[in-house]
Amino acid sequence: MDLLRFATAGSVDDGKSTLIGRLLYDSKSIFEDQLLAMEESSRRRGDAVVNLALLTDGLRAEREQGITIDVAYRYFATPRRKFIIADTPGHIQYTRNMVTGASTADLAIILIDARKGVIEQTKRHAFVSNLLRIRHLVLAVNKMDLVDYSEQVFQDIVGSFYEFASRLDNVADITPIPVSALNGDNIVEKSDKMPWFKGASLLYHLETVYTGGTANHVDARFPVQWIIRPLSQEHHDFRGYAGRVAGGVFKPGDAVTVMPSGFSTRIKKIHLPGGKELDEAFPPQSVVMTLEDEIDISRGDMLVKANNPPEASQDVEAMVCWFSQKPMQIRGKYIVRHTTKETKAIVQELRYQVDIETLHKKENCAALEMNDIGRISLRTASPLFYDSYRRNRLTGSFILVDPGTHETVAAGMIV
Amino acid sequence: MPIYSLDHLDQIEAEAIFILRETAAQFQNPALLFSGGKDSIVMAHLAAKAFWPAKIPFPLLHVDTGHNFSETLDYRDAFVAKLGARLVVGSVQASIDTGRVKEEKGPFASRNSLQTVTLLDTIEEQKFDACLGGGRRDEEKARAKERFFSHRDEFGQWNPKNQRPELWNLFNGKYHPGEHFRVFPLSNFTEMDVWMYIQREDIELPSLYFAHEREVFFRGGSYLAVSACVPMLETEKAEKKVVRFRTIGDITCTGAIESTASNLDEVIAEVAAARQTERGTRADDKRSETAMEDRKREGYF
Ligand SMILES: Nc1nc2c(ncn2[C@@H]2O[C@H](COP(=O)(O)OP(=O)(O)OP(=O)(O)O)[C@@H](O)[C@H]2O)c(=O)[nH]1
Ligand SMILES: [Mg+2]
Repeated sequence: MDLLRFATAGSVDDGKSTLIGRLLYDSKSIFEDQLLAMEESSRRRGDAVVNLALLTDGLRAEREQGITIDVAYRYFATPRRKFIIADTPGHIQYTRNMVTGASTADLAIILIDARKGVIEQTKRHAFVSNLLRIRHLVLAVNKMDLVDYSEQVFQDIVGSFYEFASRLDNVADITPIPVSALNGDNIVEKSDKMPWFKGASLLYHLETVYTGGTANHVDARFPVQWIIRPLSQEHHDFRGYAGRVAGGVFKPGDAVTVMPSGFSTRIKKIHLPGGKELDEAFPPQSVVMTLEDEIDISRGDMLVKANNPPEASQDVEAMVCWFSQKPMQIRGKYIVRHTTKETKAIVQELRYQVDIETLHKKENCAALEMNDIGRISLRTASPLFYDSYRRNRLTGSFILVDPGTHETVAAGMIV
Repeated sequence: MPIYSLDHLDQIEAEAIFILRETAAQFQNPALLFSGGKDSIVMAHLAAKAFWPAKIPFPLLHVDTGHNFSETLDYRDAFVAKLGARLVVGSVQASIDTGRVKEEKGPFASRNSLQTVTLLDTIEEQKFDACLGGGRRDEEKARAKERFFSHRDEFGQWNPKNQRPELWNLFNGKYHPGEHFRVFPLSNFTEMDVWMYIQREDIELPSLYFAHEREVFFRGGSYLAVSACVPMLETEKAEKKVVRFRTIGDITCTGAIESTASNLDEVIAEVAAARQTERGTRADDKRSETAMEDRKREGYF
């Protein structure tokens, strides 16, 4: 069956977790014991109605404070599709957890509180979604019950969001839907409280929207993850290169080049895990390849097609989201993880920081603080083999790790 | 469908295989936590596929509460032999005998929480730096929050309020001496996915998962097996029922459900129609609203 991964986004308390709870509840994806547990904790907390956010806000601290701290993953299926939901936190302090949930999504539901309209955090999350190249957005204007289900309020908010979104270059489509997560209007069924709304319910849209996935099927890229050498009697000479296809299509017989050594050879066989032979391999398959010639290849190397190599350079330009309380230092040294490769890196320059409110570039900044987004130039100790993030999410992304604390301090998208 | 698209089972399989290989590559001394339950069986099956035609490059670790279903141990030994894997056993009984932990008393006693100490002791003894677990995010609300690569401090504790960001398919397994990781390749599998995968791959399971007649008694909403490890209350009475287990753990806290599902097709049909989560039969989760989170914080699976 077809699989859609989507994430929620938007400011704190806009109703993201309630919306997911409602979606699961109304699509009958909640089990009786979960429902009982939820009703019981709602009662104990003194909530007036059953608090649907408790379905995803599973941590003690989240339940105590009534906010989401870390992303929750939920699963459900309809006869049309399977869904993996990432319910992300709206609070600015937990932006890094929002980015975590959004990084693997094909679609984002951006929630807005109808009483508040488009605010800075809405813009931040829309901007981050765009930066991550989530091409399909749903604009869920929530809490319509608190604004008398007013069409005017809805239209005004949609208008101001479009104005902002016109500057987001990666968005393919935006689908606005007026909803009440609390009461279930336009979530699974169309609401009779908003006859003026001619569009479909949220669930219907999620079931039918075409996303086409994010994989690149053009530029053949195979980052080597692990070398398989059984050294057994039966497979004495077997030397297999295990990994996940990050781009393009590979076939047995294809001429490939190994980066960085530059040696060329041909693919002998491609096996699925467990051994089954394949005629072709494409993203996101995990496979094992054997080659015609014995060449020195290790983890972090990349198999590519000779006529279509990736960039290979020690200097990369990238947009980064900074996650750490310790600000990014210019000339600071970090460990970079890119595909299956790890090397050292130094931040050469901070070109600019993005002003989330206006999307203007602020130049001459000294540092990136936690939750800031900016463009940097990075110098690595050994060359990275990469494509722009725009071309390939898997060969265009990296993380930075602090060599002292081992924390993941930044996410990077190569421009 | 476009040509270059994968069925959802293929997608989550490819992801799990990637995580297993990444664990082998990033850590010095990983182990795969094997309980004999269906999730750890699926995980071990995936590990065997991930490194084919070589053997699994790390041992299987069973934390043995001493309160097992005999079927589980028989299955374990046969399965490990078939894979040609190495088995390490951490014994809760040994932890009790050496005074590391104190056995709970009374009819509701369970060795479930004692396992944590044995697990952490074994990790320290064997110097494991990553333990692969069969936990799935759809199982429980705290597990829904966990990363694929989940960091543990030098006391084995999970800090859910400060997890490392985890983006795309880039996993950061760096740690300081004494710390370790829990890694969950099946994070994105649902209970239904696991069953469908078992069917597709034709994986043999312990007989406990299929309907059989057994002496049981009713407690806390499900049937517990009559056994020497679980003292019955005076008000409880043993009866013969046709039951099966949806999850398998320690005999003292794993409840059975009445069922006549005796093969995979019937089990799948039953799972599809179920109105209770599989952990609804687990007494260990019912001790409080945040029982799972609390145990995980301490270092539980
Ligand atoms: N009246 C009304 N209240 C709503 C609606 N949706 C959510 N709420 C309430 O808004 C509050 C916040 O809801 P949550 O779902 O926790 O918000 P959130 O966006 O998940 O918040 P964070 O995850 O912390 O960013 C709760 O008290 C909800 O009951 C709605 O449609 N109408
Ligand atoms: Mg929330």
